[in-house]
Amino acid sequence: MRQFLRVAWVVMRKDLTVEMRSREIVYTTVFFAASCVLVFAFALVREGRPLEDASAGILWISIAFAGTLGLGRTFERERHTETLRALMLAPSDRPAIYVGKLLGILVLMAIVEAVLVPMIGLLFHAPIFARPAWLVALLAAGTVGFASVGTLFAAMLVRARSRDVLLPVLLYPITIPVIIAGVRGTAAIFQSTPDEPMARFWAALLVFFDVVFVTLSLWTFEPLMTE
Amino acid sequence: MSRVFVPLVLVALVMFGAAPFVVANAPFEQTMGLVQKIFYYHVPSAMLMFVSAFVCGIASAVYLFRRSAAADRVALAAGELVVLFGAIVLVTGPIWARKAWGVWWEWDARLTSSLLLWMIFLAYMLVRRFGGPGSEKLAGAMALFGMANVPFVYVSVNYWRTLHPKTSVVMTLAPGMRGAFWLCVAAFVILYVLLLTVRKRLEDTHAQVEQLHLALED
Repeated sequence: MRQFLRVAWVVMRKDLTVEMRSREIVYTTVFFAASCVLVFAFALVREGRPLEDASAGILWISIAFAGTLGLGRTFERERHTETLRALMLAPSDRPAIYVGKLLGILVLMAIVEAVLVPMIGLLFHAPIFARPAWLVALLAAGTVGFASVGTLFAAMLVRARSRDVLLPVLLYPITIPVIIAGVRGTAAIFQSTPDEPMARFWAALLVFFDVVFVTLSLWTFEPLMTE
Repeated sequence: MSRVFVPLVLVALVMFGAAPFVVANAPFEQTMGLVQKIFYYHVPSAMLMFVSAFVCGIASAVYLFRRSAAADRVALAAGELVVLFGAIVLVTGPIWARKAWGVWWEWDARLTSSLLLWMIFLAYMLVRRFGGPGSEKLAGAMALFGMANVPFVYVSVNYWRTLHPKTSVVMTLAPGMRGAFWLCVAAFVILYVLLLTVRKRLEDTHAQVEQLHLALED
């Protein structure tokens, strides 16, 4: 178990070190997420007033779009340098490598969300400080759900043709429950009178989704990545 | 299977031939009238769509963990049938909805989850078609994850919206409708089994041809 965690930690640190040197993925993904929010703003702001209840949806759609981009770029880097194969050849548990990649993606998405949430608060008058703990819980649970499936698919797509388009094609239908739960849960706490039981229900669904899909991914990563 | 195949085709032909008459003779539903008859084709297709999704998911799991190529071919056949029966469901559903609810599409729980399941298996077909070499595993994972996703889609969409009659409607059918309904279900099940077998056999033959081709080149 300690070995497992150590491998995961090393893989994550490797990803973050590479990223820290160039900052390519962080900068481009954050900028992309911010432009997503702006595009939505132009579509959904009328007469200078944002559409009611739109902020939660915009937040989660931007997270999903930016997450897809980040996943694609992270694994494209591995493919470009042929390092994924090297990683797979390492004498360690395959699931540990998966967890390491997943942690790296989670850090990246957390940075994107740290920019997105204040933007939503600022531009769409969303009460982001109404229930901060619930907001963080929903974001964390939703991001883990999205990234757990995304990391597995992106890793498998490294070898496939037309991988750029196939990642969203595969990922979005599967992660629809995450989007629904995230949007409805966030909308519940963004209401003028926050609806905590509702947020709790959606957060519970997200946690359940995380447990099932992280387990499934850990379980299938080994047979899937064996050539 | 090959011995019962032809008799089964005949049985299916007879059943599908008889179905319109049986359905026409079944009593009219009080509020919806004639349009309710679509139910006899819509519901069996929907049932088989879900069954087929599970067949595809389980076959994919067997393929991934046991490396059985035959299971992969079953998964492919079942995946295509999800798309086929899903298409029937998604065409008959709106026609019925237009008459019963006054709109073509309603963001109701069951409609939305059927649409999402259909999308997952369309994506499955896209991977198989355009994923290039080695995409069978990826498709297998998609089917397995898609199957695991069914309860989540169902719960989340259910809490998001609901309008569709509950599934319990099947158990509380008027006695006159029951016979016609189960006849249609049986006919569709036989059709499903036949299609699955034919498609699987086609894939088996494909694999054989491939092998012979490779053997010839060596």
